[in-house]
Amino acid sequence: MTQHPFLALTEADREEMLRTIGVASVDELFGDLPAGVRLGRELDLEPALSEHELSAHMADLAARNVDVTRELSFLGAGIYDHYVPAVVDTVLQRGEFLTAYTPYQPEMSQGVLQSIFEYQTAICELTGMDVSNASGYDGETVAADACYIAKHATGKAKVVITEATNPQVRQVVKTYAPGFGLEVVEVPHRDGTTDVDALAAASTGAAAVIFQQPNFFGCLEPAPDLAAAANEADALSIAHVDPLSLGVLEAPGRYGCAIALGEGQAAGNLMAYGGPHYGFLAARQEFIRRMPGRIVGETVDTEGARGYVLTLQTREQHIRREKATSNITTNQTLLALGGLVYLTWLGPQGLRELGEACLALGEYAKRRLQERAGLELVFPDRTTFKEFAVRAGRNAREVIRDARALGVHPGYALGRDYEGMDDVLLVAVTEKRTPEEIDRLADVLAEVAR
Amino acid sequence: MKLIYERSQAGRRASVIPRPAGLPAPEIPDDLRRAEPPRLPEVPEFELVRHFTELSTRNFGVDTGFYPLGSCTMKYNPRINERLVTLPGFAHLHPHQEEDGAQGALELEWRLQEILKEVTGLDAVSLQPAAGSQGELTGLMLIRAYFADRREGEQRRKVVIPDTAHGTNPASVTMAGYELTDVKTDARGNIDVDDLRAKVDEHTAALMLTNPSTLGLFDENIEEIERIFHGAGALMYYDGANLNAVCGISRPGDMGFDVVHINLHKTFSQPHGGGGPGGGPIAVRKILEPFLPAPAVVRKKDGAFALDHDRPKSIGKVRGFTGPFGVFVRSYAYMRMYGPRLREMSEAAVLNANYVLARLKGAYDLPFDRLCMHEFVLSARNLKRDHGATATDVAKRLMDYGFHPPTIYFPLIVPEALMIEPTETETKETLDAFCDAMLAIAREAADDVEILKSAPHHRPVRRLDEVRAAKNPVVKHAFETAPVA
Repeated sequence: MTQHPFLALTEADREEMLRTIGVASVDELFGDLPAGVRLGRELDLEPALSEHELSAHMADLAARNVDVTRELSFLGAGIYDHYVPAVVDTVLQRGEFLTAYTPYQPEMSQGVLQSIFEYQTAICELTGMDVSNASGYDGETVAADACYIAKHATGKAKVVITEATNPQVRQVVKTYAPGFGLEVVEVPHRDGTTDVDALAAASTGAAAVIFQQPNFFGCLEPAPDLAAAANEADALSIAHVDPLSLGVLEAPGRYGCAIALGEGQAAGNLMAYGGPHYGFLAARQEFIRRMPGRIVGETVDTEGARGYVLTLQTREQHIRREKATSNITTNQTLLALGGLVYLTWLGPQGLRELGEACLALGEYAKRRLQERAGLELVFPDRTTFKEFAVRAGRNAREVIRDARALGVHPGYALGRDYEGMDDVLLVAVTEKRTPEEIDRLADVLAEVAR
Repeated sequence: MKLIYERSQAGRRASVIPRPAGLPAPEIPDDLRRAEPPRLPEVPEFELVRHFTELSTRNFGVDTGFYPLGSCTMKYNPRINERLVTLPGFAHLHPHQEEDGAQGALELEWRLQEILKEVTGLDAVSLQPAAGSQGELTGLMLIRAYFADRREGEQRRKVVIPDTAHGTNPASVTMAGYELTDVKTDARGNIDVDDLRAKVDEHTAALMLTNPSTLGLFDENIEEIERIFHGAGALMYYDGANLNAVCGISRPGDMGFDVVHINLHKTFSQPHGGGGPGGGPIAVRKILEPFLPAPAVVRKKDGAFALDHDRPKSIGKVRGFTGPFGVFVRSYAYMRMYGPRLREMSEAAVLNANYVLARLKGAYDLPFDRLCMHEFVLSARNLKRDHGATATDVAKRLMDYGFHPPTIYFPLIVPEALMIEPTETETKETLDAFCDAMLAIAREAADDVEILKSAPHHRPVRRLDEVRAAKNPVVKHAFETAPVA
């Protein structure tokens, strides 16, 4: 059989190696396997493909997807079509980063370790927090991680989450909560934002209160008041934030939150049908020893030179086992590195300008959808960031189908998650959308909505 | 070297953000508006590229050289996969795209599920878990849901784990709300079956086992273990971290396991990225399928692919969307380039490991003297006893020879452990060079132990003080300090 391109041993190699081992055949190496557990046949898989056959097959699969280069898209709902600059690809394709394992041996891994330290700094700067971990899986699981922190920090058995928080975040929290011994209570929204008194009432006896800013409808929550209500009840106040909003919106650390977390995709990752992306998780100093996952710290070598290591490892599963602060080991380091490169590319001015562009284009879209397409905003009194809800006049899923037939994906059908919203579209407008594209959305909706 | 923040000067920038002309931004209420900008770096684009390029030169990957980090399966990551993930139909596909606009992605996920079913010998797959440890937790949630459905949830509270297990296993047990029962390892490196028999009863929910174990040994009593657990009405969980040893040779389903997680970033070549991303799909027996995370990726009667959200017994979602899709692209591509030849991959991994073991076992202690599977564990306790050189010293000295060290001090039951996994990647010449280095280090320990103690000598930094880092944690840049050269 042809030598496989990812294997190296020649027949002569094999013979010499078997002789050194002192066995007659490769089969003999598997002598510990009882006959009853052996497969005893070839795997029933399609024959091996060469690289060029594989490329053709994959190109065929990719061509059967309608991505945002083929369809003008206003989809958001947690994952956003922001521009990712070439420098991100350049850095992430460095084999020294791409093909390294977790930096257990710091002297071999200063590149990854220093970049995580720089990432932690960037996340703390964005959120106004004291400590960030090296990343979590995504914006959903970091919320569950935060519940585990809250459970152990407070000993209480309830977590409150606003209904205006991303439905997938709520679903993942609900999946994890029973194992943590936590009950999940949801607080409904009123006209697109969370009622502070309702939240305060629900917070009594809670380990944590989770809200999203801007929330799932794109509306700006009265975040400082929500955090204050949680703090008043001695619950950990947890803000789920869009990192790209933090050039124009206040940092959660500045309005009293205990923990800030979120989905990092918007900052430097491609949408890629949902992953891999990174979740970020940052907290006030008092929670440093309750943080899940990897944290990088600064130290010195034997000659006094600065260097970086994984630190506070006594929190972690490989040391603390069943008493660990989390079971996480592999996280999303490469995607977080993408986030760091992206945030470096943006800089503080770029971040603010990007936020302002999203705000301005969002306002323009709201105006055009009202004036040109005759649609009604669902929450007309709310300030929104990057995303807003609009009544499509009839079933939103049908509107989406008909608009897509005209080459425009108009947004997310909120009826998938919220009762009474079957006719509502959630429209996302990033800095990549132009006024002309927004006009086209308005034209298409004028034709297919209502 | 400098931090990116120390290369920063106010007023510099790498980005230009298109400004929508004549469109006013709405006013943000005062109490919600950002008061002070975050101190992100301010650098021109070329400074950014130089900074991260310099950082990369201070890092070591499989692309750099041999990386025999035990239990991590550091194999070659084919470059074609990096091209495939950039195809616009994959890279720029929104996860909320309607199903008729995502048929290629759904078909890829479905095909990957089918391959994983065949490789594991099980009946159904969920791709959702983001990594091995999340696969473990998801598997335990399935087991909990299964027993709750049978009204045995209150009764079965215990999960049995051998003392050789990865730390993730016991951590996952606690996070799933279960209690831990430890079981010992016998003199041959198998689970102590007598100890096991005494600890498995009607309160046992499951066993979590890695097979081959973290000692690199296939449990010779696996059939007896299966009878004990299933005989007690309990289920069996397979930690797939070591699946690279047995692809096409023996399948977890054939060994009797009911739930398996697969580490796509180990066995199936998703590059590990310095700590992730990973992928931790789980495969299960028919009885557990109703409880799998939603949505499920299915092929309908008309041949179209779809997301099935209607799973009333599902445990729920463990992650956003259907899982880390880019990881699926790479692992699917990798498995298609092997097909049934995955068996050759595992055979080469096992042959490589046994060859290195045969060459090293005279110079280092071998706690369990058997043929190994894809990895093995040596002990440096002989060097420690005779010369005062520890496993850490051996690891740091290996760096000077241009190799990434093995995993050290794990599994916990072996003192001064050196856990070596060569993988199927590597020529015999590389394996020999590594063995020569390990043997040279053992001689150096006898001749001049100081050269080990003061290693590494040829890395960008000398040995780093991890105790100091933990005692007084500095976990972000302090902006007020003066720049460092």
